[in-house]
Amino acid sequence: MAGIDIEGLATVYPNGVRAVDGLDLHVADGEFFALLGPSGCGKTTLLRTIAGLEAASEGTVRIDSVDVTRVEPGKRGVAMVFQDYALFPHMNVSENITYPLKVRRVAAATRSEVASHTAGELSLQGLLERKPAQLSGGQQQRVALARAIASKGKVLLLDEPLSNLDARLRLEARTFLKKLQRDLGITTVFVTHDQAEALALADRIAVMDSGKLRQLGSPREVFARPTNTFVANFIGSTPMNLLPGKVAASSGVEGAPRPTDTTSSQNGSAASSAAVGLVSVAGGSLPAATFSTPVGAEVTVGIRPEYLTVASGDVTGPALRGIVVVAENLGTQSLVTVDCDGTLVGVTVPEETEPAPGTAVALTAPATRVLLYDHDSGELLARQPAPVA
Amino acid sequence: MASASAPARGRAPARDVAGLGVGRALGFVAPAFLLIGAFLIFPAVWTIYIGITNYRLTGVEAVSPSIVGLSNYTKALNDALFHNALWLTLVFVLGSAIIGQNILGFTLAWIMRRTRPAVRRTVEAFVLLAWILPSTVVAYLWVAFYDRDGGTLNGLLGTQGTAWLIDYPMACLVVFNTWRGTAFSMMLYSSALQAVPPSQLESARMVGASGWQTLRDVVFPHIRGHVLTNTLLISLWTANDFSPFLLTKGGPNHESETVPVYIYNVALQGGELGYSSAISFLLLIANLLVSLVYLRLLRRRS
Ligand SMILES: Nc1ncnc2c1ncn2[C@@H]1O[C@H](COP(=O)(O)OP(=O)(O)O)[C@@H](O)[C@H]1O
Ligand SMILES: [Mg+2]
Repeated sequence: MAGIDIEGLATVYPNGVRAVDGLDLHVADGEFFALLGPSGCGKTTLLRTIAGLEAASEGTVRIDSVDVTRVEPGKRGVAMVFQDYALFPHMNVSENITYPLKVRRVAAATRSEVASHTAGELSLQGLLERKPAQLSGGQQQRVALARAIASKGKVLLLDEPLSNLDARLRLEARTFLKKLQRDLGITTVFVTHDQAEALALADRIAVMDSGKLRQLGSPREVFARPTNTFVANFIGSTPMNLLPGKVAASSGVEGAPRPTDTTSSQNGSAASSAAVGLVSVAGGSLPAATFSTPVGAEVTVGIRPEYLTVASGDVTGPALRGIVVVAENLGTQSLVTVDCDGTLVGVTVPEETEPAPGTAVALTAPATRVLLYDHDSGELLARQPAPVA
Repeated sequence: MASASAPARGRAPARDVAGLGVGRALGFVAPAFLLIGAFLIFPAVWTIYIGITNYRLTGVEAVSPSIVGLSNYTKALNDALFHNALWLTLVFVLGSAIIGQNILGFTLAWIMRRTRPAVRRTVEAFVLLAWILPSTVVAYLWVAFYDRDGGTLNGLLGTQGTAWLIDYPMACLVVFNTWRGTAFSMMLYSSALQAVPPSQLESARMVGASGWQTLRDVVFPHIRGHVLTNTLLISLWTANDFSPFLLTKGGPNHESETVPVYIYNVALQGGELGYSSAISFLLLIANLLVSLVYLRLLRRRS
């Protein structure tokens, strides 16, 4: 088993596109790692550069501490599953799975042993004699995985492993994939443009944009504290509210509860809203943790719809006030859009508690969930340790 | 329109997709049938007829040929020169088409796949040139190339005075026809290779397959049908090709006399039109048999 170290990696296509643009990345041994980003951001190119199918223009790739930047793909100890699975249509499942062994001239008896063992691992028993065309999409995907596993690589690379499956199968395959990776403990890098998939599967996520790394962290970190507005926008099934605002007070807000626990405002783990700062936004105001930005500075206020609460009665303290415009059913939740002084704000509420359109509501949020981004650069503004009262 | 107005005239409405009706449909294809009949079917049938006569270019039999039954065919069975021609045709087809054009065409297509578009287009243009130039022009170029005195080949190899076309006539023909016909195979294989999904080639590369293993396990299974079709076409064209005559006239001493050349020599040098027609018919039958074998192979694939 092996980790992957990437330093200053750039991949430039002959047409001049810098698809990967100076990337540093470390994937730990046994980690399930996601490359996430919008279409065309260079995820596939990065994966292919790790595999050796594209030549790195700058930088180095190390697998298991060995520099493989100039090593042939077949000699890197890397197995890859392509987006279209790339099964050989004229070979049956068994031949497909053991093709890596055939290339290495492993005896036929050993090969059929490996085929039945790997097929068992991936619930493909009974299908060994079939041709790929006679398999369902999910089965084809498992054959492709089986072939990659049978090649006994140190690293497994998956390009959009779930994108060719229909929605229902995708959930099933997702669970299957995660369990398989846990059982095998093989270092795995997978590419996806679906943030939900990355959040669900990965130990860590690298969010990419235009060939550059925008954030690296655990699914929880990336979801709760996106370090820039790009990531904030991209992550989450309901988009984060990103609203223009102004710093109204950077600490010690009158009437707001004093912090009882300084760490709560730091890591956001406690629900007690220790409002120590204030931003005015969308005609109202929201509490925010202390930060060094001067009062009056323009900022972008980020707040997830999931972290906003609808209060129908009178609210004291900082809140946004507005009129419900529309409610969209998301299953167990509804996304309610509220018009706050001309700005549309999304908020999720539990099913069957949606306020009717036209209702006047107030929205509140805990200070720890309100994120402030630099108005120009879109970078998250650093919080400061709250002064001990 | 046609089907709407047809019942008014008391005819059954046309049932075909175009709504033409049989009569008008036949009217449309009649000119084509006439041309095919006049220039393809009639000569073929006429050849079969002449093949059972003792028709000659000159003399009494030229004026009033008589039917001689199958004697032309029995003569062919015992004609050593005809056997020689058959053998040489086989060598010619095997050497220049099945091996030469096929392998060279595929190799070029395989290499061109990864080269820059500018290089690819230049090579394609040159190879196509060999294909589109008229036979006579090409033959003249190759006679000059092989020439004993001042020929390009002798100049290149420093073997002044070697009469290639006389000393090695079949080898010369094989090289010539390989050069001339490779363009077709190259173009056909170029487009066939596009049908091989790149991810399958890359899968093979990822598991460390060698070039040969990739060809055998990934590429060839995808282009099997193309290989068969290409081999069929170039085999038939080569077997019927008359351009060897332009280089060697079948000589020296029948050493490069393939069947089409032999037919020409028998008909116009020997004047035996009846006998040459019989041989033509045998060549036609051979072509048909080869086609049937290929078609069977093609069908077994699917
Ligand atoms: N073979 C190629 N030649 C030139 N440009 C390419 C090639 N493949 C991808 N690109 C470009 O590189 C960028 C990244 O592509 P890709 O890695 O496929 O993105 P993703 O997988 O994130 O959708 C895109 O702008 C794309 O147009
Ligand atoms: Mg991609």
